[in-house]
Amino acid sequence: MKSSSNISALKLCFFAVAMFGFGYALVPLYDVLCDITGLNGKSDNVTQQQQANFEVDESRTITVEFITTLNQGMSWDFEPETTKMQVHPGKSYQASFFVKNKTNRSIVGQAIPSVAPFSAANHFIKTECFCFNNQLLEAGQSLEMPVVFVINPALPKHVKTVTLSYTYFDVSNTVNKSINNIDNT
Amino acid sequence: MSTTAADEHHPSGIMRWVTTTNHKDIGTLYLWFSFIMFFIGGIMALIIRTELFQPGIQFVDPQFFNSMTTMHAIIMIFGVVMPAFTGLANWLIPMMIGGTDMALPRMNNWSFWILPFAFTMMLSTLFMDGGGPAGGWTLYPPLSLQTGDALPFVIFSIHFMGMSSIMGAINVVATILNMRAPGMTLMKMPLFVWTWLITAYLLIAVMPVLAGGVTMLLTDKFFGTSFFNAAGGGDPVLFQHIFWFFGHPEVYILILPSFGVVSSIIPTFARKPLFGYSSMVYATASIAFLSFIVWAHHMFTVGMPLAGELFFMFATMLIAVPTGVKVFNWICTMWRGAMTFETPMLFSIAFIILFTIGGFSGLMLAITPADFQYHDTYFVVAHFHYVLVPGSIFAIIAAVYYWLPKWTGHMYSEFWGKTHFWLSTIFVNVTFFPMHFVGLAGMPRRIPDYALQFSDYNQIATIGAFGFGFSQLIFLGLVIATIRGGATATDRVWEDAHGLEWTLSSPPPYHSFTTPPNVEDEWNWFTREHYETVKTRS
Repeated sequence: MKSSSNISALKLCFFAVAMFGFGYALVPLYDVLCDITGLNGKSDNVTQQQQANFEVDESRTITVEFITTLNQGMSWDFEPETTKMQVHPGKSYQASFFVKNKTNRSIVGQAIPSVAPFSAANHFIKTECFCFNNQLLEAGQSLEMPVVFVINPALPKHVKTVTLSYTYFDVSNTVNKSINNIDNT
Repeated sequence: MSTTAADEHHPSGIMRWVTTTNHKDIGTLYLWFSFIMFFIGGIMALIIRTELFQPGIQFVDPQFFNSMTTMHAIIMIFGVVMPAFTGLANWLIPMMIGGTDMALPRMNNWSFWILPFAFTMMLSTLFMDGGGPAGGWTLYPPLSLQTGDALPFVIFSIHFMGMSSIMGAINVVATILNMRAPGMTLMKMPLFVWTWLITAYLLIAVMPVLAGGVTMLLTDKFFGTSFFNAAGGGDPVLFQHIFWFFGHPEVYILILPSFGVVSSIIPTFARKPLFGYSSMVYATASIAFLSFIVWAHHMFTVGMPLAGELFFMFATMLIAVPTGVKVFNWICTMWRGAMTFETPMLFSIAFIILFTIGGFSGLMLAITPADFQYHDTYFVVAHFHYVLVPGSIFAIIAAVYYWLPKWTGHMYSEFWGKTHFWLSTIFVNVTFFPMHFVGLAGMPRRIPDYALQFSDYNQIATIGAFGFGFSQLIFLGLVIATIRGGATATDRVWEDAHGLEWTLSSPPPYHSFTTPPNVEDEWNWFTREHYETVKTRS
């Protein structure tokens, strides 16, 4: 009886360890799910060939809005040049954003994009973007940053407005400690 | 079977408790630990209610208030309800299945003795720079990552609590699968054993997921990972998914053993066999299965696709079916029974009624469009307190009254037991019922201050909370008095108590069954003939 108890205990321990692993497996699973569904506005970066395949749909006009946010009271100016654009699906457009470091020390920022509504996220394609790059701005330095994007004509019919939001995070600490693993572009 | 001194060759004094591998000693340790934590968590609840007696900031600063709500939850869940159920499992499972002891006695000792250290560490965070954890027991990042020095201590103590309950669960499963007396087939096991078997599997499945989630918080904070850090491409919502993948099975971990307790008590005092034994087993298993696929109903408002919201809404509502089966079975057990109303029965009946109220408010919360209104309000607070206080806690109290004469060999005072019952039942409703109203009117949870129009109901709730808190002192006094003396309990204790534990002496011998008991005799009580004889007797 003693040895059968030990075997049960061993099996159950293995089960517990496997479930600990499953907890970590939820991270890539979640990313895959977000990619498939466009959840959280995670949009695709797409190759040139795919873009060439798009036919311009002049009959449809989509409003694209730009929103900027600074995380946790970061002392930068961060604004879109234009807050709204009227675009046709399939055609390439450029929008630009303005950033300025208002402080007297250099700061490394990192912009994270998000697209709303979720059903549009997979159809909003950025061919050139400053997202996910570490951007160093010296004290008082300012910069103009372009985004080139195209909307996939397969965008669901009910979507009339797409919002592209950028959030700038201050990652100076992480970068300075040189333990960053955030350059994942 | 009599207890002789030769049976009990164990060290005396404090070393008896430190080194014990006996399931009864460890059960006692778990139950006392839980009892002590119940008062510590209760004092925190009273601090919360004192501050909320009036609008405005009166007694404590908001940061401390928030750490009180956070700690109250962690202590009541991990320090009170879970250890109390593990204590009951230790005491009862070997006796109920006709075994000698738990299958893995040394691991049993270890799994208990981790707990006092874990909770000392948890409570010590209150004295650290930046105070204790104050971001809610759900530890959502990024807020929880702003905790001061306390964060790593909180995370490590959660690791310890997790290890303790995983070891306890492994022990329960190994005991049930290997230590049953000959003739004790799975479908003859008492429901308390069944519900604990399923609970133990839930624990082994989800506690490691929580451990993984909080470890990710730890590495995000101190080692530069970006699991939940948006700046690094992570996502804070991912934590909510991981947390509630643990969290929803956890709420069934907190309630399933109480279903087992109530299923043991109701037949005794209704003097009828449990109605629908096998449907009870299947209902418990269905609830456990469904608990894994409903977690996102805790996060309807984070922005999910419509299909997801619908799936989680309907899956959640489906849980009402097996739960309803249980409630109807308990009612059918009482139907036309020869009922008497001793204290354990009173607590069990109150459990059925009040738990069902909590279940109904849960159904309201499951409706996605309505949940946008209820989310993070006092309505949610009312809901989960109805299922946890008159649910889990009442079942634990009922279990203590029911089995205490068996454990100690003394009867408790029925007068004080009933006084305790009526005060608890009245005050628990005075405390938590008004929370439904302020919640529906829009009072958010986890705030130290509130709009003036909520004052009246908050004052009523505070009065109820103090009444409920002080009523528990009666329980404490009564338990101590019963351990020390009182009328001698018979072996059977209750007129119609059935199950192998009642065939042992009161108090039972140190090692439960040294010779295999006769399972058939006890099982045959579940047949119709017995019911007929009882009916003619009454």
